[in-house]
Amino acid sequence: MLSLLQQPWPWYIAGPLIGLTVPLLLILGNKTFGISSSLRHMCAAIIPSGISYFKYDWKKESWNLFFVAGIIVGGYLAGTLLSNPDPIVVNPRLAENLSGFGIYRYDGTVPADIFSWQQLFTIRGLVMIVGGGFLVGFGTRYAGGCTSGHSIMGLSTLQWPSLAATICFMAGGFFVSNLILPYILAL
Amino acid sequence: METTIIENNTDYEVRSLDAMCVNESQLQHKWYHSLKYLFTGIFFGILLVKSEVASWFRIQEMFRLQSFHMYGVIGSAVVVGAISVWLIKRFKIKTVYGEKIEFSSRKFNKGQVYGGLIFGCGWAITGACPGPLYALIGSGATVIVVMLLSAMAGTWVYGKFRNKLPH
Repeated sequence: MLSLLQQPWPWYIAGPLIGLTVPLLLILGNKTFGISSSLRHMCAAIIPSGISYFKYDWKKESWNLFFVAGIIVGGYLAGTLLSNPDPIVVNPRLAENLSGFGIYRYDGTVPADIFSWQQLFTIRGLVMIVGGGFLVGFGTRYAGGCTSGHSIMGLSTLQWPSLAATICFMAGGFFVSNLILPYILAL
Repeated sequence: METTIIENNTDYEVRSLDAMCVNESQLQHKWYHSLKYLFTGIFFGILLVKSEVASWFRIQEMFRLQSFHMYGVIGSAVVVGAISVWLIKRFKIKTVYGEKIEFSSRKFNKGQVYGGLIFGCGWAITGACPGPLYALIGSGATVIVVMLLSAMAGTWVYGKFRNKLPH
């Protein structure tokens, strides 16, 4: 049983379970599924700096911080008890492309050739870790939601602005992954 | 009872902030009531890692059309979410505290386009949306703490310059 759970979970198991998070949060306490707002609450709690966007009672939204704390614990359990002993299997075309940029390691939950403390002090690592993280935080708040808030919660409630946001997420991702990332990976 | 939303509300994950709910919940809960969200988070965090949607490689495959996996996960999640929401509305299912479940409607603004494109760029570089950031830190990739702090900085800069940005 445990060895079965340690294998990667197929999309038709994981996807519906992720979808069930939507009614679970609604029924537990009328909570709207969305993770990126936790970044706003942490700013409001730690560095509000008199900015009106961060002047609100973040404690009223503290459920969201409990939720993301749980995600960290869940990540820990998935990375230890339920850890997949084998490297991730990727499309051979992707692996061939990435080998041209010195990316060979497929063990662990992140590619260690890009995201590690050693790589943080290289130009490529710095751009991808710090620069990429900044775009994620800035973009999700500007869009008013992320993959969970717009693409799952928003689309589940048939909100067309969330469809517009999701299409833009994908457009930005297609553009960067195919046309820009090769230049960044070559740094 | 009507739920009115102030014009400048663009953050649809955070309902009770800019949204003025006339019939906002008056229930006050002790902190330990929030533990149920911690457990929901644990369940969700395990899912993010075990489904490999938190994997940088799976995100690259998605954006390069080299795998169906991510489309299958997001697509089936939306289908299950939409059916669940329909059932909640159809049968007027209440929360565990007996309250009516509320849905707020979202308005289009240009932020969803500009912000969406910017987030998409970041997603392709980091291979992580906000949920996976937390899950990856838990899984032992401690350097992702730096990425999370940078995402917080991005959020802060957005808050600082929000009034100057087109919405």
